[in-house]
Amino acid sequence: MTHAITANNLVRAFGDNVAVNGVNLAIKQGEIYGFLGPNGAGKSTTVRMLTTLLNPTSGSATVAGFDIVSETENVRLRIGVALQDAALDMKQTGREILDMQGRLYGLTASQRAERIEHLLGLVNIGSAIDDLVSTYSGGMKRRLDLAASLVHQPEVLFLDEPTTGLDPVSRAAVWAEVRKLNTDMGMTIFLTTQYLEEADELADRVGIIAKGRIVAEGTPAELKRSIGADVIIAKVSASDAEKAAQALHAVPGLDHIEAKGESIVIGVTNGGSALSPIAVALSSAGITVNELTMRTPTLDDVFLETTGTRMQQEDAQ
Amino acid sequence: MNVSTPALARRAGFLHDLVSVARRALRLSIRDKEAIIPGLMVPLFFLIVNIGSLQTFVEGNLPPGFDFKGFQLPVSIIFAVTGISRAGSLVIDIQDGYLDRLLLTPVNRATLLLGCMIADFAVVALLAVPVLILGLIIGISFKTGILGMLMFIALAVAWGLAFTGFPYAIALKTGNPIAVNNAFLLFFPFAFLTTAYVPQEQMTGWLATAADYNPVTYLLAGMRTLILQGWDAAALGQAFLASGIVGAISFTLAFTALRGRVHRK
Repeated sequence: MTHAITANNLVRAFGDNVAVNGVNLAIKQGEIYGFLGPNGAGKSTTVRMLTTLLNPTSGSATVAGFDIVSETENVRLRIGVALQDAALDMKQTGREILDMQGRLYGLTASQRAERIEHLLGLVNIGSAIDDLVSTYSGGMKRRLDLAASLVHQPEVLFLDEPTTGLDPVSRAAVWAEVRKLNTDMGMTIFLTTQYLEEADELADRVGIIAKGRIVAEGTPAELKRSIGADVIIAKVSASDAEKAAQALHAVPGLDHIEAKGESIVIGVTNGGSALSPIAVALSSAGITVNELTMRTPTLDDVFLETTGTRMQQEDAQ
Repeated sequence: MNVSTPALARRAGFLHDLVSVARRALRLSIRDKEAIIPGLMVPLFFLIVNIGSLQTFVEGNLPPGFDFKGFQLPVSIIFAVTGISRAGSLVIDIQDGYLDRLLLTPVNRATLLLGCMIADFAVVALLAVPVLILGLIIGISFKTGILGMLMFIALAVAWGLAFTGFPYAIALKTGNPIAVNNAFLLFFPFAFLTTAYVPQEQMTGWLATAADYNPVTYLLAGMRTLILQGWDAAALGQAFLASGIVGAISFTLAFTALRGRVHRK
């Protein structure tokens, strides 16, 4: 299987700040790879290196089979990129921007016309395509930006937080388009996101990045399975949390136990049969349980398991 | 597993990239009328006011036959064409991330600047014409005729283009719109430490020395010969050389700044 993207110990430092610290990647052709992490985790810096906007401090990487440092032009011809903020010229119309992109990628006039016509369906802004971009809403700009990255029909598409700031309807439209590009055209898609649901919904495989390092990688199902088939959360008073965790270590069949604030997060293979022993153990230890709930694991649980913190908490820092 | 659809992209080539970037820059220049109209009004204003306020005084202190209106027209033209550039838009491209979008394509990096300069060339030529027409309306005539007028505009455009390198260098180096707006201040020593208001032979002291080393002195001298004296190959050569030297410096600064901006450091 040929890899669309590889990275070998990729590092990028800005002075003393190491933004990306030894990232390794092996992304297969036709795969949707979700790069999940909170703000400041190193997602965008990794994208900027893989898309030739930034040189790595050390390490190496290839995109579409070409080295990102020594074969930049070959990489650029094969990638499409929608950066975190829509990178558009407000004084051009949507059509002019798409046409300019087509020209810079060497498309003929008929190819440009055909591609723009095709992409109008994606942009879905009707006659506004001939209006200045400065008059567009945020969602329209993001969709146009995505369309601009697709004009030349790239082999590998980088989407850096493509749905951040979008309303739910626009977000769903972008998800549908990403799936369509992957299914219909076999396009490899490298998608960074801070939305757990987005990675879960779209990605064939997910890499979780925190503080510049990939801390977990696998299919969403594999990652969630790694912490147990079910998650039981017991809410107790914060002062009892450590004591509760200690008490639960005596219960057989629990995969992992994590005390976090007022919550004890317990990963188990069979949640239904573990509920009673957990309740009994906590009661026997003299701990009042305010709430006991069971659910299937989320990628946030995986993030918690691998980094010791939840993504939302890191965002707030 | 799907089979990937082949990418359509190929290298467009230097000339194609240049045309694409220049096309966009020209289109935006036409839309940026608010940036061009003041550039036209200021020199027209100076031409009228300088002639109205200084003509009698200057002509009264110089030998009979001195034509102050013809002497002033090159100054106004130079004011019209200096500092006209797309540098401000380039800063917006940097701030909005559109420059990054362009850098993600295989576009030849030098064309990102050269394309803007082509648009500047067209705008500068267009700005020079109304000032020239106003000069003709108020009675200025060219000893060298229509060909001389064309040469006059060519000299103005050469200077305008030579100076554009400075605002581009500032735009690319700083990415700061205020710094770019203030780039016009660079023109002040060029504009006023020269023969803008009196002939060189009437200047004395440090101002005369400064004027000797000021390229605008030679530019104005070349342009004035076209109006007041006739064809003078040496004066015209010096005028083009002066613009060439300034252009070599400003373009070197601009392309060095471009290299710094697109370097993936």
